[in-house]
Order: sequence, then C-alpha cells, then structure tokens
Amino acid sequence: MTREELDAIGEKELAASQQVKHRLNVCLAAGCMSLQSDAVLASLQKNIKERGLEHECHVKGVGCLGLCKAGPLVAVEPNGVMYQHVTANEANEILEALDAEPLAQLALEPALPFFNRQTKISLENSGVIDPERIEEYIAQGGYAALAQVLNELTPAQVVEQVTRSGLRGRGGAGYPTGLKWSTVVKAQGAQTRESVQKYVICNADEGDPGAFMDRSMLESDPHRILEGMAIAAYAVGANQGYIYVRAEYPLAIKRLKIAIRQAERAGVLGSAIFASPFNFHVELRMGAGAFVCGEETALIASIEGGRGLPRIRPPYPAEYGLWGKPTLINNVETYALVPSIIRNGSEWFANIGTEKSKGTKVFALAGAVQNTGLVEVPMGITLREIIFDIGGGIPDGKKFKAVQTGGPSGGCVPKQFLDKAVDYETLTQLGTIMGSGGMIVMDETSCMVDVARYFMEFCMTESCGKCVPCRVGTVQMYNLLTKITQGEATLDDLALLEELCDLVRNTSLCGLGQAAPNPVLSTLRYFREEYVAHIQDKKCPAGVCKL
Amino acid sequence: MNPQAQVTTLKIDDREISAHADQTILDVAIENGIEIPTLCHLEGLSEVGACRLCLVEIQGTPKLQPACVTRVREGMEVVTHSERLQKYRRFILELFFTERNHICSVCVANGNCELQDMATTLGMDHVHYPYLYPNVPVDASHDLFGLDQNRCILCTRCVRVCAEIEGAHTWDVRGHGIDSRVFTDFNEPWGESVTCTSCGKCVNVCPTGALFKKGKSVGEMSRKIDFLPYLKKMREEMK
Repeated sequence: MTREELDAIGEKELAASQQVKHRLNVCLAAGCMSLQSDAVLASLQKNIKERGLEHECHVKGVGCLGLCKAGPLVAVEPNGVMYQHVTANEANEILEALDAEPLAQLALEPALPFFNRQTKISLENSGVIDPERIEEYIAQGGYAALAQVLNELTPAQVVEQVTRSGLRGRGGAGYPTGLKWSTVVKAQGAQTRESVQKYVICNADEGDPGAFMDRSMLESDPHRILEGMAIAAYAVGANQGYIYVRAEYPLAIKRLKIAIRQAERAGVLGSAIFASPFNFHVELRMGAGAFVCGEETALIASIEGGRGLPRIRPPYPAEYGLWGKPTLINNVETYALVPSIIRNGSEWFANIGTEKSKGTKVFALAGAVQNTGLVEVPMGITLREIIFDIGGGIPDGKKFKAVQTGGPSGGCVPKQFLDKAVDYETLTQLGTIMGSGGMIVMDETSCMVDVARYFMEFCMTESCGKCVPCRVGTVQMYNLLTKITQGEATLDDLALLEELCDLVRNTSLCGLGQAAPNPVLSTLRYFREEYVAHIQDKKCPAGVCKL
Repeated sequence: MNPQAQVTTLKIDDREISAHADQTILDVAIENGIEIPTLCHLEGLSEVGACRLCLVEIQGTPKLQPACVTRVREGMEVVTHSERLQKYRRFILELFFTERNHICSVCVANGNCELQDMATTLGMDHVHYPYLYPNVPVDASHDLFGLDQNRCILCTRCVRVCAEIEGAHTWDVRGHGIDSRVFTDFNEPWGESVTCTSCGKCVNVCPTGALFKKGKSVGEMSRKIDFLPYLKKMREEMK
C-alpha cells in the first residue's frame, strides 16, 4: 500500500456512494441490534431487491447513531432524515417515502439539539461508515494520518504533536498523553532504541456500570483505534500491540477481528506498513469480566496469563510493563482522538475545550434523562447543557437530583453545580472525577444512600482480594450502608463508615480500593441529611428503602 | 553505574542513614534497628506489598508508600511512626481480625503467631469493627500437615515459598475479594495434591495457625523460618 493507492481506494469508494440517489444507514451497534435492527436491515435489503431499486438506493449497516433510546434508528442520506423505533414491517413505507415527504410518524424532529449541540471527533465516523469495511474508513480520510506520520514525521515529532495538542488520557485520570508517550520513548535502559522490545496496549476493559463509550467506538469505528495505536507504536518504538477487550462485548470483538484482518491485508497494519520499515502487529486479548483488570498493572498481569492482580507502582508500565518491557497503555478514546490530531494539527485540537482540558469527551448518558445515548461534547461545556439541552432533561416531569460521573470511582454532583464546566479539574473539585465517560442522571426518586450502597456492593464484589483494606474494608462499608438503608444504624455507625472511608482511601494498594469510598464521600458531602434521616427518623426521603 | 555501588543518604525518623541505591526503605530500616511492622514480607521471598502494615510517610509524596517495595532515594525523608500511621496500622490489623475466625485460645499457634504478636506490638486490645464470622473449612487430608482457613490472612507467603523456593507451585489463591482462598493444585484436597512434595516450607513460613503440623495441640505449634535466608545465600553462592 502506498499513499496514492490509499487515496485511490478512498476516491473510488466516495464516487460509488455518490452514484446512488438514496443511502439508508441502519444502526447495527449493540443497542439497536438488541432491538432487532439487523432484521430491519434485512427487510430493507429484501424490499429494495423486490422493487428493483438496487441502483438508486443503497442500504448498509453502520455503527452507533447516538440516540440509543430511539432505536432501532435508520438514517436516510443525503436528505438527513432519521427514523426512530423502526421495525422490519416498516421497510416498505420508508422506501416509498424516499422520493416524497418523510414519514411523519417515524421521523425524528429535524435539528434536534441532541445532534447539533455535539462536536464529534472520535465519533465522527460512528453511524456514517460500515464498520466492517475498511474502504469506507479510508474514504473518510482513514489511515491518511498513519501514512503521513510514516512518510513525513519522525517519532519525536509525533510525540511533540500529541504533547502540543494538550490531549489527556480519556480513561479517567487525565494523565497528559504526550508526557506518557515520551516516558515510553525514553524508557530504554542501557540499550539502543532499536533493540528494546516495547509494547502498545489499548485498554478496552470498560467496566463502569452504565458506561458504553468504548464498546460503541469499537463497534462503530474499529479502524480508528487501530490507526491511533499504530501511530502511537511508531512514536514510542513498539512493534507489537494488544487490545484488551472484555469478553462481554462479542460484537466489538467480532468487528475488531475483521478490522485487523482487513488492515493487515491492505498493508496498513502488520509488516512493512505503507512500504516502510515500520512493523506493527495487533492481537486481541479477552478479559474474563474482572473490573480490576481495567487497572493497568492488573491488565498487564492478565495479558501475561496470570491472575488479574494489580501490583505496586512505581515502576510504572512505561518503564516496566508487559513482560517487564516498556509499555504504553492508553484508553480506547485516547487512541481514537490521535488520527484526528495528526490530520488536523495539534493547534486545531488545542483550540477546542478549556485551558487545561483540551478537545472533546464522549459521555454515555444514562439513567433518568430523556435522550439516553452516546454524546461527544467539547470540554468546558456545562453539566446543564449536557443533561438538559442535549439530554432533553428529566422525563415524566420529575425533578433533577444529581448526576453521577466516574462510576464506582467517582461521585455525584447535585443541582447547585449544574452550571459548572465539565473538565478534569472542576469535576475533581466537586468531589467526583471525569472518569471514562459514564454519566448517570438521577431524579428525585433515587435514594442517595441506596446509590452509595449499590456502588459499594460493586467495589466489594470486584475487589481482587490482594490487599486487606480493600478486601475487608469494602465489605465492612457495604454492611454499614446496608444497615443504614434498613433503618438499623446509629450515628456511631455513620462515624465508623467515615473512618473506614478514610482508611480504605489512604491505605489500599491500587486505584480500585483508593477510589472505592468516593461514592460514599460524595453523597455524604451533598446529601448528609438523607443519611441522618435514615438513621434518626427511620425514613427514606426518596421512598426507596423499606425501613 | 551499578545501583549497588551507588550510595545514597536519607533520613528515617530524623536519623541520617546511608544506603545502597537498590535497597528498599524496609531493608535500610531493618539494618538500622528501626522497626516497621510487616506481615506479608519475609526475607528471601519476593515482595507483594499486600498487608499494608509497612506503609510509611515520605515527605513530598501525598500518598503513603509501602516500605517493603519502595526504593530509597537521595535526600528522602521517611517517617515510619506517626500518630496517623499507628492509627491506620491498628485499623488494618483489626480488619484482619474481623475477616476470619481468629480465636487464639483454641489455636495451635497461640503464643507463636505473628498476627498475635502484631496486636501486642500495636497495642490492639479490642476490635471496633463487626466480626464477619465466615464459614470456612479446614483441610486435614494431608498426612503431615493441615490447613485451617479460619486463621488465614492471605499473606501468600505459602504461595511464594512454594513457587519461588521449592519450585512446586502447589499453592495459589482462588476466588477474589472477600472470597479469596489459598488452595492446592486444581482445588483438590491437599492430601491428594500431585505436586506437593511435603517439604513443609509453607507450614514453616505461615505467620499464623493457618498451616500447621498435625499432632500439635493448642499453643504447641512452633516453626523454623531461618532456613530461607540460608537457602537464598547458598543459591547465590552457587551462581
């Protein structure tokens, strides 16, 4: 594959798609698939054939269209109509309406804030391309960044581009990506650069309850992740990559396998990429469902074939990672942003977002919100804009109570802070974290003690058991929270709970234990009166707990 | 430069101390007679940093660091005993006691138990967390030894000595979280293990009465753990 061949594939693909009058895109991501969108696709294909419309109407399966609550979704191009809750029986009507007015009963309102308030970078191809065809990714400019990097930039220049873009890790902690890359570049001991084996790992072990960003990205645009990883591998000097993905994501795994095979066949992955001396092979590793394996050292132990147990850092994986070799490990979304940064330049990326948090962030909107689904917004947007403008507010006329970010390691933000900006620092100040992108909206019918208990139960069952504060401390905290929700606790129990929070946070070995008390601490910070009501008045203000 | 040849100076509890650059804080503390409590650490075995008792404060680092795996640095200022550390250590120890059924008065290791000694050292005379009272079994299928899960603190010394010193890797940990258990082979009874060499190293390194010699009654169990540094030294010399 050369740059010219790549461009030729893209142009051919674009020309072919422009020849047809109508293009129907059926969402085939897991959300819509579970509502039988594959049957909708089959029915549309069958009807087109029966009507002999093959030459003017093209239908294909695409990745996530974003508005999961309205699935199955079908988008009609180029007129921009989107149909919601489509069933296989409605294929005929949709085809008939192609040259007429859109079907009023199925069409989504045009220009919904849900769509036009978003800024899509890592999701730019989601819902646009068929994730199982590399040609479509190439037609959208895919692998051009990799070609450019290999032909025009030195590894050091790539690292500099990423550093200057201000990109920070999208896995949750927000570590500067360029800095991480440069430490892996430097980690070479006494040997010369060429002789050190290095690895690049993509962390796709998404485990937060209610979060589905990584899954959706892998299902919708797998080549983007491969391209991002290949660029990273070139920058740090690695020739082998691993994608650690949960076995609970069969569709993502299937599409990744297809993508890897296609990319290797096309010569944009594997040996002598773009006819350069650069080799980069990618393999999949499937996680067996342990949440702690999202922690980088536990993930590495799992890839090596051991139990998924975290170990003490330092040494960090950049220095001592997979099989003791320098290893770069980033989240799916981080890699997904890299090709765009290379293509459009670091300044373009750095102009989006805030002073310290650059670019966009993908959130999985879930819970008590009208428009559940996947959104990508610029950093610095307010929580109110995400939940009320894009998300459409709280359904059934209920009142907003809090929004939970960062899953079991995060916390909740109450209504008085809805106008705060979404960036790493502000969210930390509010007692939560950016996290990987789970955003669970809660209305007045949620009991905050019960929410804290739910997350503690999660941490307790997901603790690996290596260190005692997390292994036993989470059980003790869970028992105390259960006691509170059953109305059997005293104020002494509450004091004991707070003491345990402090202990587990400060003495646990890895991030899971250190962050496990966060949901309790943040609900105590903003909703202490609910705890006290359970204890003193034996009442659950939200009416959830049976006291 | 070879880190062993590199010499650093640091302060531990306001004492000026010199060390090799590849030493851990714990190594240096032991050399200088400074006591840092440990349970999972054992000289001659790899470190896991799991018991969290050796956490120390390092000036300029917000997080507490385990002394057993943290290497010394030039100019480092370490505090091994502060009110905060002593409080955390006592609470951690209490969590150990609530986790399983540690009843000294009926334990073979009574009077010869590192967990019991630690409670004495740290002045832990009662437990203010609720006991969990798990229902855990005893495995007495081995001819010479027994495993009493009620006393296990999951320090994994048995796992490490078996894998690293004996080379049999009979022991490992299964399950996760509070359901973690040490077990032999593919979870057959210990007596049916095909890999166990009956060497007894695991029994000798166990800090509590979890692994014991058969035929010992309450308080009769004693162990020999000085074989470890000896074995390690002999092997290094053979290399």
